[in-house]
Amino acid sequence: MNNFSQTISDIWVMINRNLIKYRRVPQLLVFSTIQPVMFLLLFTYVFGGAIKTGVDYISFLLPGILVQTVLFGSMQTGVGLAEDLSKGMIDRFRSLPMARSAVLAGRTITDVIRNIFVVILMTVVGLVIGFRIDHGIFNYLGAVALISLFGFAFTWISATIGLAVKNIETAQVAGFIWVFPLAFASSIFVPVESMSNGLQIFAKHTPITYTVDTVRALILGTPVGNNAWFSLIWILGILVVFMPLAVSRYRKIT
Amino acid sequence: MANHPLISYVEEARNRGMSNKQILDALSVAGWHTHDVSSIFLDHIEASLIPSPLEEGSSENIITVRNVSKIYGKTVVALDDVSLDVKRGSVTALLGPNGAGKTTIIRILTTLLKPDSGNVRVAGFNPNIEKDAQSLRSIIGLAGQYAAVDESLTGRENLEMVARLYHLSVPASRQRATELLMQFNLEDAGDRVLKTYSGGMRRRLDLAASLVIKPEILFLDEPTTGLDPRSRFELWHVIRELVKDGTTVLLTTQYLEEADQLAHNVMVIDHGHIIAQGTADELKNQVGGDVLELNITDADMLDSASQLITHLGSEAPRQNTDTNIITMPVQGGASVLIEVVRILDSANIKISDIILRRPSLDDVFMALTGHSAL
Repeated sequence: MNNFSQTISDIWVMINRNLIKYRRVPQLLVFSTIQPVMFLLLFTYVFGGAIKTGVDYISFLLPGILVQTVLFGSMQTGVGLAEDLSKGMIDRFRSLPMARSAVLAGRTITDVIRNIFVVILMTVVGLVIGFRIDHGIFNYLGAVALISLFGFAFTWISATIGLAVKNIETAQVAGFIWVFPLAFASSIFVPVESMSNGLQIFAKHTPITYTVDTVRALILGTPVGNNAWFSLIWILGILVVFMPLAVSRYRKIT
Repeated sequence: MANHPLISYVEEARNRGMSNKQILDALSVAGWHTHDVSSIFLDHIEASLIPSPLEEGSSENIITVRNVSKIYGKTVVALDDVSLDVKRGSVTALLGPNGAGKTTIIRILTTLLKPDSGNVRVAGFNPNIEKDAQSLRSIIGLAGQYAAVDESLTGRENLEMVARLYHLSVPASRQRATELLMQFNLEDAGDRVLKTYSGGMRRRLDLAASLVIKPEILFLDEPTTGLDPRSRFELWHVIRELVKDGTTVLLTTQYLEEADQLAHNVMVIDHGHIIAQGTADELKNQVGGDVLELNITDADMLDSASQLITHLGSEAPRQNTDTNIITMPVQGGASVLIEVVRILDSANIKISDIILRRPSLDDVFMALTGHSAL
């Protein structure tokens, strides 16, 4: 085997290893959908009537919730790595002649696969409570592709955090503490225009709002505008910064 | 124990010029199996059957470490100018208390950690250069301080995963996993998820994973810490088998007894320095024979008891006022024990316990450094 196919094989082995966990303990997947489902139901039935969006609130909310699900889900990457670190698995992997990139790539790709699965599950729940895909399956699939890419970028931030804190509980807290306000200060739940002026300026330019607005436009069939470009630029920017950061963290583990 | 028929049999066979392997074969033909012989006896015999690296006529160093230092953060000195050699085919034990620097040495030699200064060669490779490090990783095995096995996988899946990461083919990985499960007595548990494994089983699986390729050098970081005596014995047995096949083993331990059982060469580490080196016997001789330990019933009598027996020791007795125990290195074994009992009895000092034991790491440390290992 040459180097390239060895690397692919190593990554595949790691993905397989991570996926076995979900296959064996499907509750892990179910639980990671309970929280976003709760958000979906609470916001739709509690706040939905009070929030003015111009369309059905469920139609407005669901694209946002899909992005939020992936955003929160991505934070599991760091927790998984911190767990591997604290249990000595990373030491074992680093002492093997496997590709240096395979542990991180395997973990982030697994989390993308899981994200796609959960997004589809959430869509089904949405369809049950009145959400409709009216503007073509291709628009929807395009939206899912963008969400996955967005999630992939955030898994690398999470990986960097997980490798830095090295402790499962800390990784959990450090993953959510900044994501939570970021999720609320965006167009996930309410139109950004309804926020106070200062916050609006911030909220309009986060990767989350750009991604949510793109996904929403694709699914609702409204013009996408420049949002898709800004979203992709953010995603690319995050990957360019955090992939090397995470990899160098991984190499320098002591 | 020295009078046990097996031991005299082995000594006799040796004198007749039989090789170690021939002796073991003869024992097994005669019906002696692991199960028949109590673990202690087998231990005793096998310990004397470790092939000596000098016997094999090899004096090549497979590991050389020169003037290596490592500081964590800015202030924690883990290794301070350490140099050491390990001969091909030998078993070397790094002996020392927690935090002495044992694990740091293992991590540097297994490419996990870069030293701040100094030179390292392992099997001709420099672990600090990535290209060399990758070649080195394909010929070494490492079993770290905790059993690094995946809880959610079965034993077999764990071994197959490691085999695939050593770049064995899928069928070869499968076959190797089956072999190892058998070798480590895990074939029944092989298809169970690790959550159901005992600590000893996890350790065995971890060791099996470090042997997926037959490594040239096996690194074991405190392989038996936290194991019950039976599992510990089983592990020692496996390690000895490996050494017979020519694997070089570098292990760390906190137990002098373990170093004694397994290693040809013992290096004692304290505060990032190697403070002594030699065979376990040589180290024990520094302590001076055996150690007498007596538990005085009445705490007020500790001082007078120490004074009464001090002339019998090779060093001054030490007192532990928390446990009422007096420890004293002695030469002359049983006769000293009888003499001590006689003296204390006539002085009317009551003893609740008295033993004569072989020196422990703590005794060696006391003799070498003047401070306790703990």
